[in-house]
Parts: sequence; C-alpha cells; structure tokens
Amino acid sequence: MQDFLEFKAISKGYPGVQALADVSFSVKKGAVHGLMGENGAGKSTLIRVLSGDQSADTGEIRIDGQLQHYRSVRDAFDAGVIVIHQELQLVPELTVAENLWLGRFPGKAGVIDRSRLVGVVKEKLAEIGIDIDPTAKVASLSIGERQMVEIAKAVMADARVIALDEPTSSLSSRESEILFTLIDRLRAQGKVILYVSHRLDEIFRLCDSLTVLRDGKLAAHHPEIAQITREQIIAEMVGREISNIWGFRPRERGAVRLEVKDLAGRKLRTPISFSVRQGEILGFFGLIGAGRSEMARLVYGADSRSQGTVSVDGATVTPDSPPHSIRSGIVLCPEDRKFDGIVQGRNIEENMAISSRRHFSPFGILQPKKEAELADRFIAKLRVRTPSRKQEIVNLSGGNQQKVILGRWLSEQGVKVLIIDEPTRGIDVGAKSEIYEILYELAGQGMAIVVISSELPEVMGITDRIMVMCQGRVAADIERADFDERRILAAALPDVANASELPNQQVQSR
Amino acid sequence: MTSLKKLLLGEQGLVVIFAIAFAIVALTVPNFLTERNMLGLLQSVVTIGIVACTMMFCLASRDFDLSVGSTVAFSGMVAVMASNASGSIIIGLLAALLCGGAVGLVNGVVIARFRINALITTLATMQIVRGLALIASDGRAVGINDPGFYQLALSKFLGIPTPICVMAVFFIIFGFVLNRTVFGKNTLAIGGNPEASRLAGVNVSNMRIWIFALQGLVCAVAGVLLASRITSGQPNAATGLELSVISACVLGGVSLAGGRAAMTGVIVGVLIMGIAENVMNLLNIQAFYQYVVRGLILLLAVLLDNLRSAAAGRRT
Ligand SMILES: Nc1ncnc2c1ncn2[C@@H]1O[C@H](COP(=O)(O)OP(=O)(O)OP(=O)(O)O)[C@@H](O)[C@H]1O
Ligand SMILES: [Mg+2]
Repeated sequence: MQDFLEFKAISKGYPGVQALADVSFSVKKGAVHGLMGENGAGKSTLIRVLSGDQSADTGEIRIDGQLQHYRSVRDAFDAGVIVIHQELQLVPELTVAENLWLGRFPGKAGVIDRSRLVGVVKEKLAEIGIDIDPTAKVASLSIGERQMVEIAKAVMADARVIALDEPTSSLSSRESEILFTLIDRLRAQGKVILYVSHRLDEIFRLCDSLTVLRDGKLAAHHPEIAQITREQIIAEMVGREISNIWGFRPRERGAVRLEVKDLAGRKLRTPISFSVRQGEILGFFGLIGAGRSEMARLVYGADSRSQGTVSVDGATVTPDSPPHSIRSGIVLCPEDRKFDGIVQGRNIEENMAISSRRHFSPFGILQPKKEAELADRFIAKLRVRTPSRKQEIVNLSGGNQQKVILGRWLSEQGVKVLIIDEPTRGIDVGAKSEIYEILYELAGQGMAIVVISSELPEVMGITDRIMVMCQGRVAADIERADFDERRILAAALPDVANASELPNQQVQSR
Repeated sequence: MTSLKKLLLGEQGLVVIFAIAFAIVALTVPNFLTERNMLGLLQSVVTIGIVACTMMFCLASRDFDLSVGSTVAFSGMVAVMASNASGSIIIGLLAALLCGGAVGLVNGVVIARFRINALITTLATMQIVRGLALIASDGRAVGINDPGFYQLALSKFLGIPTPICVMAVFFIIFGFVLNRTVFGKNTLAIGGNPEASRLAGVNVSNMRIWIFALQGLVCAVAGVLLASRITSGQPNAATGLELSVISACVLGGVSLAGGRAAMTGVIVGVLIMGIAENVMNLLNIQAFYQYVVRGLILLLAVLLDNLRSAAAGRRT
C-alpha cells in the first residue's frame, strides 16, 4: 500500500520553544499510527498543524499525494481531516443528532427536516456499531459516549484522516475497549488514524506503526510495530532506560494519620469510613463514576458533608472547607485539570505558589524571590518543559500543566495527608516514575497518601493497600500481599460486586 | 512582526499609545500643556480614578459593581449631613466611610454568600442607595455649614491639590496590593478560575466580600472629596459614574472575563478618559459629541486588546 498521509519537514516554533523541528514521516492507508513522546514533545502541536488549527512555520502535508494548503480548521475539514481533541467539542444542550449535523442542518429554507436529522444519524451510528440514542441530549451521556459521538461526527463527515489526541485519558477500561473496536472498524474501512497516547498497552493493542517524538524532533519511526519492544519505545521517548516504572519500596507504617468516619454527602449517599496510616499509600480503584472523586472531595471539604467526620492525627477537621483542610494538613490534587486545577491567564510560578505562598509571605506581602525559587525547584524536579517559569500555564502541553498542579501541592508545607486524584493522567512514562518516586519519598517522611486511579496496573504497582469502590460504596479492602488483578476487577464491577461467593472478599460496605 | 507592531501590541502597548497621543495633543491643542490645565484635568478625574482602583479588583475577580455612582453620592451626602448635624468634620467622614463600607459589605455578602449574580445585585443596590440619598436629602442639595469641609478639596500638599494627592496615594497603594500581596494574587486567581482557586485553598467568598467592602469604602472617600469640591451633598451627584469607571478599567486592559488587570493600565485608562474630555472642552466641542467620542475610544481600546491577545497567541 502507498503512503497516504505524509508529513514533510514540519517545523513550528512558539516564543521560546521549538515545538516541532523538521518532522517527517508517513502513514499508510488503512493504518492506525501511534504518536508517542514525552510531555511537551510536540504531539498535540503536530495534530494541531494537521487539523489546520495552527499553521506550520515550514514543511508540507500531503494527503493521497496531494499537497495540502489549508489555513483553517474548515479547510482541513473539507480535505477530510478531523481531529478529536482531548477536550471534547460538543454542545451539551443539543441532542446527539443535532450535534452531528451542527453547521449544516438538513432541511429547506431554515426549517429543519426532523426525520432526516434523526434518520441519517441512526443509520450512520448503526453502520459503525455505536449504540447511542440519537435523540438523547449530549449532557446526559457519559464521557465515553461523548467520545463516540465525536467519532461519529468524523464518520458523518466522511473523514479520510482521523486524529485522536489522548482519547482514553478519561475513559474507563470498558469504554476504552469499545473505542478500540470502533477504531478497528474504521481501520478496516481504509481510514488513516493518528493515535496519540501515553499508554503503551493501547499502542500495542491498536497501532500498526509508530512515531516517537522527542523535544519536537523525530526520535524514531517504526513502520511495523511488531518489531519493537516496550523498553525500546520508552528508551526512545525519554532517552534512557527505565527498567521498572513502579519502583515500589515497602515502608514502615506508623500510627493512624487520616481517619474518615461515616462520611457522606449529596453525591455520595452511602457513608464511607476508612483510615490511612503514617507512611501508607492507599489506593482507591474503581470504574469511572464509582464515587472515588466524590469521596476525595468530601474528605477535602470541597463539597459539603451531610454527615461524618474527618480527623488528622486524632484532631477533627472542622468546618469542611478547603482552607481549613489545608491548615489541618490535608490537600487534594484534583482530577479535572482544566476546571479544578489550572488558573488560566496566570503563569507557572503563580499557579504553583497559589497555596504555599502564605508560608513565606509575611503580612500577606509577596516575596517574589522565594516564589521564583520555589517555581524553579519544582520545574526542575518534575521536569516541566517550558522556556521559563513566567510562561502562561495555558501555553504548556497538557501533561506539563498537570505537573504544575502537582507542584502546587508538593510545594505546600506541613502536609500530612495528600490525596491525589488520577496523578498521572496524561503524563509520560518517564515523568510517571519520577512522580512515584516523589510519592514514596513523601510517604517515607510519614505522610499518609491516598491515590485515586483508574489504571489498575498503577494502583497495584504503587500502593500498600487498595480500597475498591463500586457504585458509591466500598466493595473491597485489600492488602498488598493479597493483590490479585481478577479479584480487584471483580469487586469493581457492579454486577458481581455483591456476589459473596468471591473468594476472600472482605465486603466492607455498610 | 515588525518592531512597531510589536511595540504597540506588546505588554506596554497601551502606555506607548498613550504617550504618543499625549505628545500629539500637547503639541496641537493650545493651552493643553499648561500647569493650570493639567491640574484641572487631574482634578476632573479624581472621582473616576479613585473608584477605578477598587473597580479593578472587582473586575479582576470576575465581578461587577454598578452601585459605585450611587454610593459616591450617598456617602458624600451622609458626610455633609453628619458633619452639619454634629459640627464635626471627623464625625462626618467616619459616618460616610461607615455608610459606604456598609453598602459594599451588603453587596459582597449578597453576592458571595447568597450567590446572587453581581450584575443584578449591584443593579438593585444602585437604585436603593440612590433612593436613600434622595430620601435623606428630600431630593435637594444639602449645603456645607463648616467652611473647613471645603478645605479638603481646596487645600494643597506640596503645591498639588489634596484630592489629586489622595488619588496618587490610592494608585500606589492599590498597585502594590494587586502586584505584591497575596490578596492581589488571589483576586486575579479567582478571576482566572474560581473553582480551581477555591480548591487551592483560597477563601473565595470571603475574598469577594472584602473586595466589595473595600469598593464601598473607597467610594466613600471619593464621595467626600466630591462633596467638598462641589461644596454640597448632592443626591444626584456622580450619575453614570459606574460606566465611566468600568470604561476606564477596560481601556486600561482589565479583562471583563476576569483574571487580568494592571494598575498602570488603569491609570492610563483614567487619564485617557480625562484627556479626551479635557481636549474636547478646550476645543469647544459640543457636549453631545463627547458621548460619541468616549464610546468610540472605548470600542477602539477593546479592539486593540483583542488584537493584542491574538498576537500573544493565547489559547482559549
Ligand atoms: N500557544 C503556545 N505558546 C507557547 N508554547 C506552546 C504553545 N503551544 C504549545 N507550546 C509548547 O510547545 C511544546 C509542545 O507542546 P505539545 O502540546 O505539542 O506537547 P505534547 O507532546 O502534546 O505533550 P503532552 O503529552 O503533555 O500533551 C510544549 O513545550 C509547549 O509548551
Ligand atoms: Mg498533548
């Protein structure tokens, strides 16, 4: 088969950053092509150039041998290129069908042809095997379903090239599997698919070929994915070998640090109780929607409690508000970076120092030197890829934004309990293992750490104990010695959660 | 980008444009660059300038305050009436500050605690407070009894009228607060992303209450100075002030979407408003045209700001 999509010597610079430098590679028709690289390597930028959202400084793109001259997203769309960004672009208040037709509604003289509106969509959805009601409002769909709708949009538009930027980062494993089947089907139809991900499993599951970017340059191009190993890819991405990304080390566990008793709130009705010891890393695993983030927000006081108490080192934390929690030593690194994490319009330094600056700002007067020092320290420690600490946070790549938010909490002083919701979402392998190292170090100093993650290998790899949640309840509480993938998964699945015949199941829900 | 474009659309673009405009006006308009006219110009922007200091905080935290004009009139009124009644200017001043602060506090509490939209809340208090001023004075101007009161506006400090000095001091204080204190940074953070700020431990609702209360206090100061200058408490004083103040802030690059503000920008914005009016007066342009010109300037400034963010390549 001939090369269908070709990138030739693409370069793109931003002030202070060469996001892409002389990148050339090509993809065959009917192939799923993986795109990997560290945070800030230039993957999203490449996709933005492909989608006409940003124009390259130099270089050219060819589709089916034809040189593309498009200057806008609309031009790229007409050329058959559709990009599904990580932040989905659907209108929540419209129905699925309306979203799919948006911009070119069927009908005459401005009057919409209702039956075509729904009918065509129904057909198309069935054709690619998506089981979603076209008349449902997008707001009522899960994130996974919305992703499907985005893909359906691409199919409706008869896209020839579909690019997906970290599509699974907020999907459950089940939803991801459905997405993969869908991608397989699109491949069979001869589409070219560009797939960006930090997850090696997915890359091996899906891709036919792979390109690795490093610092905006092409680090490796593999026309056949079968011929390479995981270790090789990691080495190409980070420029060094990482033998064991988890690097787990057992620690001494001390007295109880965090004690949560009968905690419940509006979004988590069944009261939940648990405790975490000094030096312990407790994992919370569950499917998306199992109530883990709600639990975390209640403990932190981000949402108000209807009952229950939270205490740190025996002292009850009242009232339930983030400032009080922080003063008592509880911090939460939230899941949704865009809405709950970054402060838009502010630079890296300010985003990092927002909470911890009160420790070194006498009478509320800032100490710019100290803030700069702090920012530089954590930029180095977390390897945030940026030209300077003064860079606006929205100009960072997704993973690097996540690192800055992590830095915000790692720089806070007097933390006794660290709750991290999806700590490594969108973060590259190299940085992941560094973040784990930091967690071990903090736990070693006596901090109690709660890690919420939807990635089973991660929770199993780095925690001392796992609490599995399912439909707003704790379904199991398992010590590291008894970690067993099947058992954990079984507890997380709603249909089998209450099956008491599962071996050794310590059902804790009350 | 050419270097000229870079200069105009850069961080300090507004200041550069202001400097150029100022030079042109100084050279072409007769009597503009005289000491007398300069002081008159500054005098004329004192009220806007002082109130703009806290309006900047309000806008930067994604809020809005329409009640400033009424609060200025009301607290000026209170100052005059209280000092007439008690025979003490100090008591008059304190009463004004108390009333102004109270209006701000009420705004803040309603907006932050009861989560009522700021636009609606201050639209309501704007009318309520104006009503109070009219009721208290029975709709008439109240003359000042104690000539000492005039001295607030008439006295000079180092040869410069006191109100101008007060405005300058406010510029310095609030510039410092915005850039160099936790309060200022938290204000900007709230404007940038309120939920993220809350989760980062910023006490968002207290901050908002403080910002509105401060706004009320500052309006009271402006009200007292205004009353002293016009030698009476006028229930209809400072109508439409809120729009001028917000225009000045926006001219100065304060984002209505919150999260972006700079004291230098606001100062320039205030001065541009003052100069435009002053020049039109010097050139004897009919007052009716002045509205049109003011509106045009505002539109231009917003367009410029748009160009600037596009040039900076901000992702939305
Ligand atoms: N608008 C911009 N202004 C300045 N720098 C930018 C801008 N957009 C991207 N960059 C920089 O370009 C580089 C590449 O970013 P890009 O988003 O392509 O990374 P990525 O490979 O997608 O990373 P991630 O895995 O974290 O999503 C980064 O260093 C980023 O900071
Ligand atoms: Mg990216």
